[in-house]
Amino acid sequence: MPVKLTSYFLLLFALPWVAIWAQEDQMAKVKGGVYTPLYGADSTAVGVSDFYMDLYPVTNSEYLAFVNDHPEWKKSRVKKLFADGLYLRNWESDTKLGKKVVPNAPVTNVSWFAAKKYCECQGKRLPTMDEWEFAARADETMADARNKPGYNKYILGWYEAPHTFKNPIGSTFKNYYGIYDLHGLVWEWTSDFNSVLLSGESRKGNDEDANLFCGSAAIGATDLMNYAAFMRYAFRASIKANYTVQNLGFRCAKNVIDNKGEQELSFNSMK
Amino acid sequence: MKARNVKNLGQILMMSGLLVFLSSCINSNKKKEYADTGEIPVNREMIAELTSPPHVPTPVGKRLAKKLIVKMEIKEQEGEMVNGVRYIYWTFGGTVPGSFIRTRVGDEVEFHLQNHPDNKLPHNIDLHAVNGPGGGAESSFVAPGHEKVFSFKTLNPGLYVYHCATAPVGMHIGNGMYGLILVEPEGGLPPVDKEYYIMQGDFYTKGAYGDRGLQPFDMQKALDENPDYVVFNGHVGAMTGNNAITAKVGETVRLFVGNGGPNLVSSFHIIGEIFDRVHIEGGDRINDIVQTTLIPAGGAAIVEFKVDVPGTFILVDHSIFRAFNKGALAQLKVEGEEDKKIYSGEIEDGIYLPEGGGVQSMPAVKGVAEVDIPARSLEEQMEFGKSTYMQTCFACHQSEGQGIPNAFPPLAKSDYLNADVDRAIGIVLHGLSGEITVNGKKYNSVMTAQTLNDDEIANVLTYVYHSWGNSKKVVTPAMVKEVRDQ
Repeated sequence: MPVKLTSYFLLLFALPWVAIWAQEDQMAKVKGGVYTPLYGADSTAVGVSDFYMDLYPVTNSEYLAFVNDHPEWKKSRVKKLFADGLYLRNWESDTKLGKKVVPNAPVTNVSWFAAKKYCECQGKRLPTMDEWEFAARADETMADARNKPGYNKYILGWYEAPHTFKNPIGSTFKNYYGIYDLHGLVWEWTSDFNSVLLSGESRKGNDEDANLFCGSAAIGATDLMNYAAFMRYAFRASIKANYTVQNLGFRCAKNVIDNKGEQELSFNSMK
Repeated sequence: MKARNVKNLGQILMMSGLLVFLSSCINSNKKKEYADTGEIPVNREMIAELTSPPHVPTPVGKRLAKKLIVKMEIKEQEGEMVNGVRYIYWTFGGTVPGSFIRTRVGDEVEFHLQNHPDNKLPHNIDLHAVNGPGGGAESSFVAPGHEKVFSFKTLNPGLYVYHCATAPVGMHIGNGMYGLILVEPEGGLPPVDKEYYIMQGDFYTKGAYGDRGLQPFDMQKALDENPDYVVFNGHVGAMTGNNAITAKVGETVRLFVGNGGPNLVSSFHIIGEIFDRVHIEGGDRINDIVQTTLIPAGGAAIVEFKVDVPGTFILVDHSIFRAFNKGALAQLKVEGEEDKKIYSGEIEDGIYLPEGGGVQSMPAVKGVAEVDIPARSLEEQMEFGKSTYMQTCFACHQSEGQGIPNAFPPLAKSDYLNADVDRAIGIVLHGLSGEITVNGKKYNSVMTAQTLNDDEIANVLTYVYHSWGNSKKVVTPAMVKEVRDQ
């Protein structure tokens, strides 16, 4: 009886960990905190909980494996409602990347629906915009490098550089959290990419001009010097969930709280 | 200059007025005046002709208002700012400024804004000719690989700026996203002989003017409104030398001049020409006999003048350091018969020396910065030397080293130059004044000492010695250093 209990205990204790290791292998833990986004409902500080984020954007070969497992996301079979006509545009065929595509470069020309599905199939999810922005404030050495002159310059530099989507993952810097390529390769989908500026947001009503053009973009922004963030928010505002864009890829994230909760739960139930 | 036969012109106008009166009795229904230009009906569809600067599309003439389809493609692409300096331009239609759009009042413009899939950023367009939120920006915000369509009616004749208005708007404009749209009045603008499209813009690069390589946008300089380049039509030399605009003596020239900014206001002037008519700020009001017209950032003007004598006329922003040091120069070359009554040319050349001519010198710079990229071959020396020549020497010694008669001696097939290389190095280093004889002609003027480093002097002199029939000497930085240390 004691033996059995021990093995039961071990099993319960070990299983979640195995699962966690398998999934969080290529992820970094980002310790949450409070930050002020460029735009927000009230432009005040936002709390971000701890979360895991993929070290790299999802690559073409990884996405190819996903498509093979889930044929409904093949180029020829995807529903137009979920991905526009440019979906996987550079791929040679449904199951072949072809010469134009670098296998370990980020997958691009994928829609929000596709990216969301991919992450779900990995037991993950897309990061929220706040999570993404929170992690992307980091440079190599600091969690928040936004006030360093070099930080903005670096990002603006790659926004101007053409064809970076063809570069392999890991070819830019490793940031404070150990995450690569948040700046320097491709734009990335977030789960709530359209929450800030789309006028469909009914709670906002019509009293506020939330469009990102001309001077009005400066109204309601918290940091007028953060041109790089302006460009990201502008980009997000220009896309819809079925759009697929050559410079737009994604990576996945995962909650920390839930796992911890599970562990604690299983641990407590043993006591 | 203004046409002189004003009296005759008046008579012609009276006669033609009479003709219109007579003919209007016959065709009384032909022309209908619309008090509200919004009521002008459109007749058929037409694809708009778009042109790259400095060219403009065919005038509207007497055509009726139409549904005009404009297809404008946005491209982010690399271009050359000045020799050896590359820059990523963001463009409407592949050029800076963007394609010229020509409409008439009452046209219904169906605008297709296409964002090339290779582009990184979303864009939109704000046309100052539009009456509506954002000037169209609201309806045209388009992601890469997509197309947005919106339409508007042209209600007010005039010359208008269009530009991208996506956040951060200054950066989109600063990278070249602007152009002009013309709305002609009913019946069109009066015909002229030549029409051209010119637009000023200021650019902000990480490196200083002329620093080689791909130069990124410098946000801090843009905020400080301290540009490295102020240019006509997107880059230095877009309209000089072989690219100069042209006219013949006696022709009337109309320039559609815009200012994209993003920061500077232009004092537009043509050296040696007086504008007969200026549509102030591109609008209805005409000002006669103007020397310099102010063009605000995000504004435009139509200037018209008759050219009376042949020669090269220089278009400048008369905030003159911009013209001399930052690129705000263009040329209008006029061919034809001279008219000595209007302009005599030089009549006499005397010597005037008040208190002895000292060498005029620029403030001495200690330890001129070394170049980042030294030339490794004769080809590179030639390339780098040419770019220094175009920035530093070109204004006086001219593009083919021909100099300017009686003022600046030639470098082409120059006996003075080829006789003594150390003397040539010394002149570039320290300047020269007083009388010299070059190819049998006497010159008596001043060349200032040049603030160039050893590499740059070696390159530019090597370029000069290998061009225009000179002795093909190679000048090395070591040779320059030797003369400098003497």
